[in-house]
Amino acid sequence: MIQATALAQVISKNEQQILEQWVALQQSATTARADLIREHELREQSREFLQQFSAAISTDSENTEAAAWNPVKEILAGVSRSRAIQGFTPSETAMFVFSLKQPIFELLRKEIQDPAKFAGESWRVTVLLDNLGLYTIEVYQKGREAVIARQQEEMMELSTPVVELWNNIVALPLIGTLDSARTQVVMESLLEKIVENEAMIAIIDITGVPTVDTLVAQHLLKTVAAARLMGADCIISGMRPQIAQTIVHLGVNLSDVVTKATLADAFAVALQRTGASVTRNSVKA
Amino acid sequence: MERIPILKMGEFLLVTIQVDMHDQLAITLQDDLTQQIVKHRAHGVLIDISSLEIVDSFIGRMIGNIAGMARMLDAETVLVGMKPAVAITLVELGMSLPGVRTALNVEKGMAMLHGSLKGKEFFGRDIEG
Amino acid sequence: MAAILKDETAPITTSGDIVKVRQLVRELTISLGFGLVEQTKMVTAASELARNALDHGGGGKVQLQVLNNEMRRGLKLTFIDEGPGIQDLEQALRDGFSTGSGMGLGLSGAKRLANEFEIESVPGKGTKVMITRWRNT
Repeated sequence: MIQATALAQVISKNEQQILEQWVALQQSATTARADLIREHELREQSREFLQQFSAAISTDSENTEAAAWNPVKEILAGVSRSRAIQGFTPSETAMFVFSLKQPIFELLRKEIQDPAKFAGESWRVTVLLDNLGLYTIEVYQKGREAVIARQQEEMMELSTPVVELWNNIVALPLIGTLDSARTQVVMESLLEKIVENEAMIAIIDITGVPTVDTLVAQHLLKTVAAARLMGADCIISGMRPQIAQTIVHLGVNLSDVVTKATLADAFAVALQRTGASVTRNSVKA
Repeated sequence: MERIPILKMGEFLLVTIQVDMHDQLAITLQDDLTQQIVKHRAHGVLIDISSLEIVDSFIGRMIGNIAGMARMLDAETVLVGMKPAVAITLVELGMSLPGVRTALNVEKGMAMLHGSLKGKEFFGRDIEG
Repeated sequence: MAAILKDETAPITTSGDIVKVRQLVRELTISLGFGLVEQTKMVTAASELARNALDHGGGGKVQLQVLNNEMRRGLKLTFIDEGPGIQDLEQALRDGFSTGSGMGLGLSGAKRLANEFEIESVPGKGTKVMITRWRNT
């Protein structure tokens, strides 16, 4: 296609000039963040991008999804990530790409005399740069999602600590609403802690759990069964009238499991079962 | 022929299963164990599966068989060292290993066996440990 | 429709083969990034079904496929034997571990350990059992 070659030629012939104009434009823009990025880094990012952009255009590929555009996208992904860390908003980072339009348009206007051809080439460039600008936003989004996922994991770990109450006795105070996924993770970690602490009894306290649905009740039961298979017993404490009713109505069978209303009661039973006892000495005056 | 070693620990026998068991090995183990229980007049058998990452229904049945045979020879069986992932899977599989007592490790398993024995001594019958 | 990224077949003719199948499944689940519990469930299910194929089906083979379904990856195992087949599928799927024959437990257990389960059996011709497990489910 003659037109493609024209665009590619125009850009590669004037790369340096485009680069100068583009960098200047970025620095003078309202979205420039001189506080976040230094000129030579900005210049380096722009130069690399322009080089790859020019190379990709000359492959005659219109579709930014095609493999020819991968090197460009790699550079953009790098820019997006490093700028996110530096504190740029996704729009500010996208402007990195969009601001390239102006210098290219001006160049095309100078080099292409035919108005129809000029319109066609400008449109092509606009579409390409729009897609690439949107790509930087996508990369930013994915990065944020990864951070959120990691934070959720950490929150889950923090919110379900297993504590050793006494020799051979561990307790897992559950707080908040349990969903199926969280319950599974929590139960697996309880079993690991039972092994780590060589616990004979694990008290699962659900005082801090507002409601229990079928899935959660079943997970609890499965955990109790698994603990038993491993050689430890479970006591469920924090049993309240509402939860007891829900469980019975759901038809879940908890008859095999010891349940207590309070953690204190459960602890007393656990001490007895592990052969420990509490004595009270006279209080020092 | 490959055999799983059986260790004598006081009046108990300890079997540590570390390899992926195939049928012949399982049969040989059951034979060896029953012979050793009689030979040493052992009162308890500890089966250590802390190295096993998979316990399927075949191994489960083998353990159940061992427990049954041991009981008839007046020895109690305690299964020790089950990994959490294995326990969770067995529950999902539906295996409950009835008639097999379990403990977290060999030490606790021995304590359990000692406890039962003590019960037997004093009262002449099984007492829950 | 899921794309098949990897496809291999292993024989199930001796009890040593069952051990090999377990190892193969373990390797594949690890490379797929399955968590430890997911790995254990899948390897155990494979062990059950391989044993069924051997003990009740007179031997057969297993096809192991790594699937890619849009954003998810999974492992599909197809156990095939040309044995006597299963007369009453419903019964076989319902049976627990109480019976000595042990056929039921393999099937219903494997079903619970996997995300997807399919079975085809023609008495006198053979049995085909397919289980699939997706990553992080």
